[in-house]
Amino acid sequence: MSVVSDAVTWLTDGAHWTGETGIPNRVLEHLGYTSLTLVMAAAVAVPLGLYIGHTGRFRGLAIGVTGALRALPTLGVLTLLTLLLGIGLEAPILALTVLAVPPLLAGVYAGVESVDPQTVDAARAQGMTEWQVLTRVEVPLGLPLVVGGFRAATLQVVATATVAAYVSLGGLGRYIFDGQAVRDYPQMVGGSVVVVVLALLLDGVFAVAQAAAGRRARPTRPATDPSSSTDPTPTSQSTTTP
Amino acid sequence: MIEYRSVGKTFPDGTQAVASFDLTIPSRTTTVFVGSSGCGKTTLLRMVNRMVDPSAGQVLIDDVDVATQDPVALRRSIGYVMQHAGLLPHRKVVDNVATVLRLNGTGKGAARERALEVLSTVGLDESQSRKYPGQLSGGQQQRVGVARGLAADPNILLMDEPFGAVDPIVRLELQAELRRLQTQLDKTIVFVTHDIDEAFALGDQVVILKKGGEVAQVGAPADILAQPADDFVASFVGLDKGGRSLHVEEREGRKVVVDASGRPAGVLEG
Repeated sequence: MSVVSDAVTWLTDGAHWTGETGIPNRVLEHLGYTSLTLVMAAAVAVPLGLYIGHTGRFRGLAIGVTGALRALPTLGVLTLLTLLLGIGLEAPILALTVLAVPPLLAGVYAGVESVDPQTVDAARAQGMTEWQVLTRVEVPLGLPLVVGGFRAATLQVVATATVAAYVSLGGLGRYIFDGQAVRDYPQMVGGSVVVVVLALLLDGVFAVAQAAAGRRARPTRPATDPSSSTDPTPTSQSTTTP
Repeated sequence: MIEYRSVGKTFPDGTQAVASFDLTIPSRTTTVFVGSSGCGKTTLLRMVNRMVDPSAGQVLIDDVDVATQDPVALRRSIGYVMQHAGLLPHRKVVDNVATVLRLNGTGKGAARERALEVLSTVGLDESQSRKYPGQLSGGQQQRVGVARGLAADPNILLMDEPFGAVDPIVRLELQAELRRLQTQLDKTIVFVTHDIDEAFALGDQVVILKKGGEVAQVGAPADILAQPADDFVASFVGLDKGGRSLHVEEREGRKVVVDASGRPAGVLEG
């Protein structure tokens, strides 16, 4: 009996699809952590990214700081924060926010910066205020890269949100940590598969959103143009593992 | 009337674009700043709508120092046309033209109506107004740029090498079109170019600039050709190598005007 077939058996067992510890509920919890994290990260990264992209100020600082943030191991940050803040939602959400801010920030400022300076100059010369330049020109034209930033951040967070279970919360990480505690490998693999599927589904949703943003930003570019199918975005990295 | 009084501009990095510049631009005429790159012509142009603020001196429009005006309001009251048109690629042509009107608070319907009207003035029809800028040729985009500059019916139109990026035939067409428009509209046009032929084709007053915004000569095209101020001007306008000397030859009873290398330039009437 291989772990894989056992995992399939585990996944198809009806008992694992109902109740508080069932997969649907765990998925909802997992999505809850992910969305909460993204909202928190966006609250920090979007205004900051718009400011950096629009003014060009603090760009070097942002690159340095986000680079350093990227290097932090989430599990270590989580452990530290849990020691400081205690068991609860705060520590894992903060740890995940640290993970989500760099790709989001990079996407937002790169998006704003990617807009043709001549277009921006012309908009300003027509008499747009700085705010109008930002909201009517830079954001709509940079949106594909901004959505790309959200896509990358979401992927990382949805994959890493399993760590919430490490500090006694729910989510899909429960199957991994609970399975490990009792050496129930089929449960661990089954839980991982659900995480992977969820990540791929979300990535698909964002891919569609990104394409839509691209069409709005460049309405004249034919859809068949091969160069339009891929944007230079900071895209997915890992998919599983805490 | 636009007036430059001892205007200078030194950029924060220490580059001096303009040393000290004085000029009066009469209303309802076309003034062309012409010079090689780095002569400060674009900097001077952009001082009129405060896209650049002078570091010394004043720029006045109808005796009001522009430095006292709110830049956003000032820019909305002045038409601006630039190289590569600078149109918003994600908005339809008609919406691009309506931009300034909408910024000034004109209702959507009225702004569109006015946009269509001014588009037809520059020779674009309704079907083209529904396209996106990327679907138009370079010359058509430039026409849209001119239409956008004119949409709010400003008294002043600033044009920064607007025809620099289109091919020579379309450029001649656009120049002719601009002359035709100017006879109808009577705007105060300030035009920047590095092409002396374009300057002579459009300008009532031509300002030839040297490095640092130094004025080499100001005058009507014919006066500059008749009396170039110095060797720099003579060479800049192409008088030095016989590039502009024409003479008349008789051919089958008609007077044919021929250039220095013997190529016909036209026929002398009367």
